[in-house]
Amino acid sequence: MAIFRKREIEEDQGMEYLVTLPRRVVTLYVPLGIIVFVLLFPFYWMTITTFKSKIELYDYDNYSPFWVVRPTMENIDRLLFQTSYPSWLWNTMLVAVVATAISLVCSVLAAYAIERLRFTGSRIVGISIFLAYLVPPSILFIPLALMVFKFGIFDSKLALILTYPTFLIPFCTWLLMGYFRTIPFELEECALIDGATRWQILRQIMLPLAVPGLISAGIFAFTLSWNEFIYALTFISSSENKTVPVGVVTELVEGDVYHWGSLMAGALLGSVPVALFYSFFVEHYVSSMSGAVKG
Amino acid sequence: MSQSVAAISGPVLSLGARVRDSRDLLGLFFMLPATVVLLAFMAYPLGLGIWLGLTDTTIGRRGVFIGLENYEYLMDDSVFWLSVFNTALYTVAASVIKFAIGLYLALLLNKRMPFKAFIRAIVLLPWIVPTVLSAIAFWWIYDAQFSIISWVLVKLGLIDEYIDFLGSPGPARASVIAANIWRGVPFVAISLLAGLQTVPASLYEASTMDGANAWQRFRYVTMPMLTPIIAVVMTFSVLFTFTDFQLIYVLTRGGPINTTHLMATLSFQRAIPGGHLGEGAAIATAMIPFLIVAIVFSYYGLQNRKWQQRAGND
Repeated sequence: MAIFRKREIEEDQGMEYLVTLPRRVVTLYVPLGIIVFVLLFPFYWMTITTFKSKIELYDYDNYSPFWVVRPTMENIDRLLFQTSYPSWLWNTMLVAVVATAISLVCSVLAAYAIERLRFTGSRIVGISIFLAYLVPPSILFIPLALMVFKFGIFDSKLALILTYPTFLIPFCTWLLMGYFRTIPFELEECALIDGATRWQILRQIMLPLAVPGLISAGIFAFTLSWNEFIYALTFISSSENKTVPVGVVTELVEGDVYHWGSLMAGALLGSVPVALFYSFFVEHYVSSMSGAVKG
Repeated sequence: MSQSVAAISGPVLSLGARVRDSRDLLGLFFMLPATVVLLAFMAYPLGLGIWLGLTDTTIGRRGVFIGLENYEYLMDDSVFWLSVFNTALYTVAASVIKFAIGLYLALLLNKRMPFKAFIRAIVLLPWIVPTVLSAIAFWWIYDAQFSIISWVLVKLGLIDEYIDFLGSPGPARASVIAANIWRGVPFVAISLLAGLQTVPASLYEASTMDGANAWQRFRYVTMPMLTPIIAVVMTFSVLFTFTDFQLIYVLTRGGPINTTHLMATLSFQRAIPGGHLGEGAAIATAMIPFLIVAIVFSYYGLQNRKWQQRAGND
């Protein structure tokens, strides 16, 4: 994994040589340790609850809650075979991949147009794309629900595939604009002098150079799609068409009975694809966040 | 001479070639897909949403224009005003604490330490994992009977009985704010860290030689350099906290007794389970003024100050 491959490069640390080890422990390692523990504990709790049998789960007197004495697969079993979880997983994956693909295509074209073609009004368009990202789904979901119903795509994955790009495109465009900005214009000028058309320039020069940016944008879009909840909650009603977040929240509680083991299993299995993706592409995540924020 | 005139005026181009070569037309053409999507599924719904707030549409029945009746009703609705108060409280409390902890964490992560890349990676995890799924984990952590927090506190002898985290108003508000902070700190921290890394170490060295201590270095070197990035990051953070839906929906659905209802969750409750699309749309529209304030803020934050851009030349 990328995080282990790199060796620590000794950066210019300025005044760090003044800080002694005991001081470092107190001011750096202890607070950092506490924060990291708090940030990671819910995941640990999620994981061990998934593998606890019902007896261990509710009996804190005889079993320490902090680890599993007899791990069991019954929660995962129940999740995979007695609920529609597999179809939720498939739905979420499909919607995420297709919406990401659509958004990337639109964003690459738009980013190239704004950043490189510099057509009249491109600055205004660029700013409005940024503003579009600020419009939250919690405002749009009601009119979109009406539209979805009118077009007859209510309760289908198509509704999600068409509406997810509304928040994916602005972010990806913004990110890709930043990436295109870092590619020197001279490359394009040479190609133009050699007689290439804009389309050829985009395909054969800009795209290969912007691949890291495309990966970052794609991964981020994928994560954002998995994270989406309110549209999926509003537009989908039948159990087989739900996405993982909606399904786990609405269908794993039967009346008064909370199947905590299966709930945690659902949460864990739902987080695994995204976390796996993340572990392979950490640098891209961080660079896309930094790039987005630095503008 | 006539040959060179013909050469200067150039060949006759076809329409397709002219489109390809004209920057404006080509730009328009490239922008088309994105523009279509955004106009159809964002601009139009935005207008439609505002319009819906002025009608009495319900699920299953077309509405008629009723002017500001929805808003008049909401003005007298105590639950609505409670949700406005909750949203303000939630946003302010969570954002301030997220900023404080996020900045502190960014400063910590900026120092030299072993496995820095790995630690940075795992710190981002709460933000990467889908909100709803980690909210479910918190739901379990906050359970009134089996909460691990209560168990630990009882074992340590600090409290006598289990805390009803999500069942009483005060603890419920604190619990959702805590969950939001947990989720939001990584984004703030990593973004601010990126900003911190652009501050040249030479500035710190120079200020130390001039006699500045750690606090003065922070106040006079770090903070001014960070301000534009803080403006952008906090605008996003405030915006997403203000319009938060997932966390509240999973943990409390707005209860107990509407004390954790945000405007977004109330809008959903009135519109979908309740069926009053018009009323829900009106509540959602009421969020827009706050949106605009946030946008204005971020626009000014994004203007990089001239002297900061020159900082690299030393």
